[in-house]
Amino acid sequence: MSVLLRTEGVHKSYGGVQALEDCTVEIGEGEVAGLIGPNGSGKTTLFNVITGYAKADAGEVYLGDRRITNIAPDKVFALGIGRTFQLTRIFASLTVMENMLVASKHGRASARKRAMEQLEFVGIAGHHAVPAGTLSYGQRKLLELAYVLVAEPAIVLLDEPAGGVNLTLVNQIAGRIRELNAAGVTFLIVEHNMEFVMGLCDQVTVLDSGTVVAAGPPAIVRTDRRVLDAYLGEDPAAEDLEAAEAALEPGAGEGA
Amino acid sequence: MSESSTGTQDRGARAVPSGGLTGARGLRIAGVVAVLAAAVAFPQVFTNPAVTNYGVFAMIFVAVASAWNTFSGFSGYISLGHAVFFGSGAYAVGVAARDWHVAGVGVFGLLPLAAAVGALIAVPFGLVALRVRRHTFIVITIALFFIFQLMAFNFSFTQGSSGLDAPFLSWSLQTFNNPFYYIALACAAGATALAWLIRRSRFGLQLRAIRDDEDRARGLGVRTMRVKLAAFVLSAAITGLVGGLWFYYIAQVEPQTGFDPLFDLFVVLMAFLGGLGTVSGPVLGALIIEPGQLYLTTVFTNAYLSEILLGVLFLAVVLFMPRGIIPTSTEWITKLRTRGRSAIPPASQRAAAPTGLRSDEGATREGGALKAARRRAGKAQRVGKVL
Repeated sequence: MSVLLRTEGVHKSYGGVQALEDCTVEIGEGEVAGLIGPNGSGKTTLFNVITGYAKADAGEVYLGDRRITNIAPDKVFALGIGRTFQLTRIFASLTVMENMLVASKHGRASARKRAMEQLEFVGIAGHHAVPAGTLSYGQRKLLELAYVLVAEPAIVLLDEPAGGVNLTLVNQIAGRIRELNAAGVTFLIVEHNMEFVMGLCDQVTVLDSGTVVAAGPPAIVRTDRRVLDAYLGEDPAAEDLEAAEAALEPGAGEGA
Repeated sequence: MSESSTGTQDRGARAVPSGGLTGARGLRIAGVVAVLAAAVAFPQVFTNPAVTNYGVFAMIFVAVASAWNTFSGFSGYISLGHAVFFGSGAYAVGVAARDWHVAGVGVFGLLPLAAAVGALIAVPFGLVALRVRRHTFIVITIALFFIFQLMAFNFSFTQGSSGLDAPFLSWSLQTFNNPFYYIALACAAGATALAWLIRRSRFGLQLRAIRDDEDRARGLGVRTMRVKLAAFVLSAAITGLVGGLWFYYIAQVEPQTGFDPLFDLFVVLMAFLGGLGTVSGPVLGALIIEPGQLYLTTVFTNAYLSEILLGVLFLAVVLFMPRGIIPTSTEWITKLRTRGRSAIPPASQRAAAPTGLRSDEGATREGGALKAARRRAGKAQRVGKVL
C-alpha cells in the first residue's frame, strides 16, 4: 500500500508549550487510520499543521510525493485533503444546501444535484432548505462531513466525529465512513471513543506530548505498554492498568 | 461514491428544489416592475424642483447603500471608509474637468473615470485593510478615511480647503434636477441589480460564507482574500461613480463634504435599518433615511437636530430591530403563517409519521408535523432571502 499522507519530524510550539515534537505519521492510501492520545497530546495541532491552519516550526508534510508543508488551507483543500473540526464549524446563516455548495467545484445544476446526493447519503436531505444554524449538534456533524465530501477529497481528516453524539448517530457515521472507504476515500480519524476507533481503523497511531509513542494495527496498539502509560502516566496502579486495558477492548467504548 | 449513495441519485435529483414558488416569484417581479415604474414616473408627477431634489439624493444613496452592502453586508466586513471612494470619485472628475477643460454635458462622460479611480484606490486600501478583521478592520478603514481627508486639505491639485467647483451646466432651473435624477436612478437600479445577481452567484455565496466563518471557508477552498478584494473593489467603483455624479449635482466639493465622516454612518444606518446583507434592505433604508434627513434639515434650522434624531433612530434600530426591517418583517410573516400549527403532532399521528434516517435523539422524536413546519419556515425564509 502506497503512502498517501506523511508527516516527517514535525515540530510545533505555542509559546513555551511544545504541541508537536518530531512527529512522524504515515497514512496509507485507502486506509482508515486512527489518531489517539490523551487530551493535549497534539492530535488537533497535527490536523491543523497538515491542513494549513497552523504553520509547522520544523518538519515536512507530504501528500503523496508532493510537499505541502505550510501551504494555505484553500490550497490544501484543493489538493484533496478535507477535514472536519472537533467543534463543528458550519455556515449558520446559510441554508444546508448553500453550505454544501461552498466547497463544490461543479456547475450550478450539477453541484446542487451532487450536493443533494451527499445530503441523502448522510441522511439530512430533508433539511436542505433550512438555515444550517437551526440543525441539531448531530445533524451539524453530518452536514460538516457531507460538505467536505462534496469536493471528493482523496483523504478526509475527521476530528472527533463521534464526540457528543448518540449511539445511533455514532453507528450511522461509522457506517458511512466504511462505505466511503470502500469507494476509495482514505480517512484519518481523531477520536476518544475507543470502540469507534478500534472497530473502524486499520491502523492506529498514538500521540503523547506531541510525539508518536506507538503505531500499528489496533490489536497491537491496545496492548502496548507505552499507550497505557500515555493515558495513565508511568507506574500506574494494577487496577488502573486493568481498567485501561478493558477500556481499549472493543465493546467497552463510550456509548458504542 | 458508494452504492448506497448512487442508489439515491435519482431521488436526490428529483428532490433538488426548483427555486421557489412561481406565484411568489411572479409577485416579486410585479413588485419590482411597479417600483421601477413609480421611480421613472416620479419627476413627471412631482415637477417641483424642491421635491425632485429629494429624489436625486435618495437615488444617490440607494446606489451607494447597495454598493456598500454588496461588500460589507455580504462579507460582514463593516467598512467605515467608503467616503474615501465617494470623495475620490468627486475629486477625480473635478480635477479632470478642470485640467482637461471639459464642460457642458460632456462632463458626464468622465463618470467612468470616477469609478476607475474608486476601484484603483480600493486595491491597495483593500490589500492593507482586508488582512485584519472585525473591529480592527473598522478602525483601519476610519484611519485611511482621515488620511484621505487630510490629503484633500493639503494637496495643491485638490485646491485645499477651498475645494473644487463643478463645470456650470446651463440648464433650466425647473428641470435641472431631472437628468441627474435619471442618471442616479440608473446607478441605483444598476447597483441593486448587481447586488441581486451577486447574492445569487457562487461569488456571493463565498462572500456570505466568509461572513459566517472565514477560516472555515478558506479550508473549503475559498480564496478568501481574492473574493473579499473583488467585492471591495466593485463596491468602491460604484461608490466612486456615484461620488462623481453627486459632485456635478451639488456643483462643488470640499474636503469636509467629499470626505464626510457622517457619510459612512448614514450609509451603515441605511443598511442596518433596512436589513444588512439583504438586497432590498439598504434600498428601503436609503429611501427612508435620506429624504427624512433632508426634510429634518429643511424643517429645523438647527442642522444638528437632524443628526441627533438620526442617532436616536440608530439606537432604536439596534435595540428593537437589530436585524433590520426586511428580515424582521419576514420573520413576522413566517410566524403569522405558521401560527396555531402544532410543531409536535398528537401521539396517534406520530405513530404514523415517516421515520426516515434519524440523526440524533432530538430528531428521532421529531414527527411529520415538525418537518412540515420546518419546510414551511424554510419556504418562507427562501421568499424572505430574495426580498
